[in-house]
Amino acid sequence: MDKFRMIFQFFQSNQESFMNGICGIMALASTQMYSAFDFNCPCLPHYNLAYGLGILLVPPFILFLLGFVLNNNISMLAEEWRRPQGRRGKDPAVLRYMFCSMAQRAMIAPAVWVSVTLLDGKCITCAFCTSVPVETLGNASHPRLSQGEIERVLARIPCKEIYNGQQLIANEVAVRYLRCISQALGWCFVLLMTTLAFLVRSLRPCFSQAAFLKSRYWSHYIDIERKLFDETCAEHARSFAKVCIQQFFEGMSTDLVAAHCHLPRKAPADAGEAAEKLLGITDRGTMNMALKSWHRCKPPLHLHPPALPTGNGWAGEGQPPTHPTAPRRETAAYYSWV
Amino acid sequence: MDRFRMIFQYFQSNSESVMNGICGLLALASVKMYTSFDFSCPCLPQYNMAYGLGVMFVPPVILFLCGLILNRQSLVMLEEWRRPQGRRKKDLAVIRYMCSSIVQRAMVAPVVWIVVTLLDGKCLICAFSGSMDPEKFVGFANVSTVQVQQLLAKVPCKDDELVRNNTSRKAVSRYLRCWSQALGWSILLILIIAAFLARWLRPCFNQATLLQARHWSNYIDIEQKIFEETCCEHSRLFAHKCILHFFESMRQEIKLHSCSLPGEGEGPEGEEDLLRGITDQDQVNKLLKMWYYEKPPLDVS
Repeated sequence: MDKFRMIFQFFQSNQESFMNGICGIMALASTQMYSAFDFNCPCLPHYNLAYGLGILLVPPFILFLLGFVLNNNISMLAEEWRRPQGRRGKDPAVLRYMFCSMAQRAMIAPAVWVSVTLLDGKCITCAFCTSVPVETLGNASHPRLSQGEIERVLARIPCKEIYNGQQLIANEVAVRYLRCISQALGWCFVLLMTTLAFLVRSLRPCFSQAAFLKSRYWSHYIDIERKLFDETCAEHARSFAKVCIQQFFEGMSTDLVAAHCHLPRKAPADAGEAAEKLLGITDRGTMNMALKSWHRCKPPLHLHPPALPTGNGWAGEGQPPTHPTAPRRETAAYYSWV
Repeated sequence: MDRFRMIFQYFQSNSESVMNGICGLLALASVKMYTSFDFSCPCLPQYNMAYGLGVMFVPPVILFLCGLILNRQSLVMLEEWRRPQGRRKKDLAVIRYMCSSIVQRAMVAPVVWIVVTLLDGKCLICAFSGSMDPEKFVGFANVSTVQVQQLLAKVPCKDDELVRNNTSRKAVSRYLRCWSQALGWSILLILIIAAFLARWLRPCFNQATLLQARHWSNYIDIEQKIFEETCCEHSRLFAHKCILHFFESMRQEIKLHSCSLPGEGEGPEGEEDLLRGITDQDQVNKLLKMWYYEKPPLDVS
């Protein structure tokens, strides 16, 4: 009992720590993805904004969906949501709890991507370089350029090699300015996320602790029930298969005996286990026939019940009485040939 | 019995050491975050102070909140604080003890960040270079006010063309860094002395109350853990019974409908038990369909 309890606790705690582990791995993966990604600003007036904001916002969305996909419990949630009511009522609080806990875990990797992107600064520099306030940061004395020209020049700020507006505004000044704004946004974003997480975690015990305990218990229950049902079905399938195959071999053996018209010669004394396991098939030709029959004509998925120990012929489901083979030797005396 | 005791001791010591471990990890993470953060002072008159002080004070707040979130005991303390009294009185000393231990652990990472920032010096140089008195430095003494502000603001940026070879820039930078490091070391010294005194003088005051508070706070923690484990075990047994009932009711239904032989229970004992009377493809399909369309009620009486 103790051993079961310890193993089960390990499994239970392991499930939670397993999901936290996946969560952490995805966060690390997102930082790794960002550093491995070769950011390449197009340095063209209208493309910059699209590219910069795209890199900032599309991968987090992908990571969020991936967080849901990698979570095993999503199918459990969907099943519980869509099942017919039947004889067991549905509790929306449990569904909400399951969805919230999955969504919270899935939000971590996108938040990490957005923070790392903002703190690094390349995306915002690329996206908003055309909006730099030239009047305050740039040189007062510069030849008058048209708006389009100014935009084209400013759009090249992230690409230092081709930047040609040093008289308009120094490249380093503009980059520093944009990066400062980006990092400020990044820190504010991280602060906001952390404050939200803190509030969610600390306000919950103040308001709905009892309901929370209930939802948590029943969501664990649903998970465990599903797993146990799968295990029971697997056990059942195994026994089913075993009996089915056993009956197949018995059937084969009966057919052979009927075909060759000789009684099975089984030495009573030293039959033992080996003879039992042979299931009445003792030469190559017979084995080949058994294998061919298994391939060509699998037995139906219907296990006929074993013959009764009483002597009456049974009005069964039309199955021919099976000849008692070696495994049933000890009860052979009770069967009657009908 | 011994095994139980060992497990309890493991839990008890483990909770403390887990919290200390998280505390240490956060401190290391804060150092790593600082070194990997690319500090880039804007070198503009109004932005420098905001950026410098922001980088010095916002991440400590974030680290403090993280320290509170990651600490399991904070939830336990909040639950104990907000629970209805019921039949168990609440002891405020215990709650105070838990609160102070949580806050102490959560303060380590922010303090590490601030100290590392000060010892490195970049933040203070960025924040306060614009507030320097230009008269003290030869290169900035005879420049107009507006321009001196611009120049001072550019001091943190070594490569800026305006101040690249300016010796006064280096003087301002060194001056500010000296102040920053002095401040950093002083803060570290004061905190360590305070921690030392607190730990050393604590046994002189209220030792008995402290022992009680610590015992009961450990107790509350362990009680909650055991409650969760018991609930898990219970739900497993509940599920097991529920599924067995379901299979049993299916078997009875099949018996009713197909009027099969009465002696079905005989035969090789093990296999029959596991088959639970379901021996047919249609029966299995029916069972699986029933499981989906009509889950059994949550009642195993």
